[in-house]
Amino acid sequence: MIELPRSLQGRIHEQLQGTYPNEGGGFLLGRQDGEAVTIVDVHPVENVFETEEQHHRYAMTPQDWARMEDEADARGLALVGYYHSHPDHPAVPSEYDRAHALPNFVYIIVSVRGGQAAETRAWRLTDDRTVFDEQRLLLL
Amino acid sequence: MASIKIPTPLRQYTGNNAEITVSGATVGEALNDLTTRYPALRPHLYDGDQLRNFVNVFVGDEDIRFLYELDTPIDDSTKLRIIPAIAGG
Repeated sequence: MIELPRSLQGRIHEQLQGTYPNEGGGFLLGRQDGEAVTIVDVHPVENVFETEEQHHRYAMTPQDWARMEDEADARGLALVGYYHSHPDHPAVPSEYDRAHALPNFVYIIVSVRGGQAAETRAWRLTDDRTVFDEQRLLLL
Repeated sequence: MASIKIPTPLRQYTGNNAEITVSGATVGEALNDLTTRYPALRPHLYDGDQLRNFVNVFVGDEDIRFLYELDTPIDDSTKLRIIPAIAGG
């Protein structure tokens, strides 16, 4: 189960509506206890994919990861996942998402349709890397 | 011995240790030592014998792709870091 405060979901939606029709995203910081994850902060990160591909691709730099992981470690939190948008497509992981994914990491996908956040779903890659399992997303 | 910082999602395979000391004279040997001791890590770092294309390995601030890749030499003071490239679509 993934616990997400409504205020943080609101910040995610506002950001991803702003990047529409391109993809946007960022990191999820929080606490993890086995399968249960509580998200306590979100950090938008600039999409560095080639501009003409940003309508269906999103990427961060390794330096973004290092900076955010160091911040999480310093705050006693964990880098528990990341979120990104699927403009005018379902909030379901693509094959491209799966090929670039890690287990034990929360992937929140927001479908943004016509500039409005329409659906928010959470996923996790299975240990054998074959599929994403949908996670129950509990809004607090 | 050199050390490797493990990315958060993969720490479950290293007994929740964030940093592991490793032996070896090159990055490749260090990663082999790491994945021999923590074999569950290997499928998430390698596809066959090749590092997965979204797995970045840094020596200090330098990506090994811009050095000598897995043949990049290291010494006891080297700090390695595995950083997944985040990409979605």
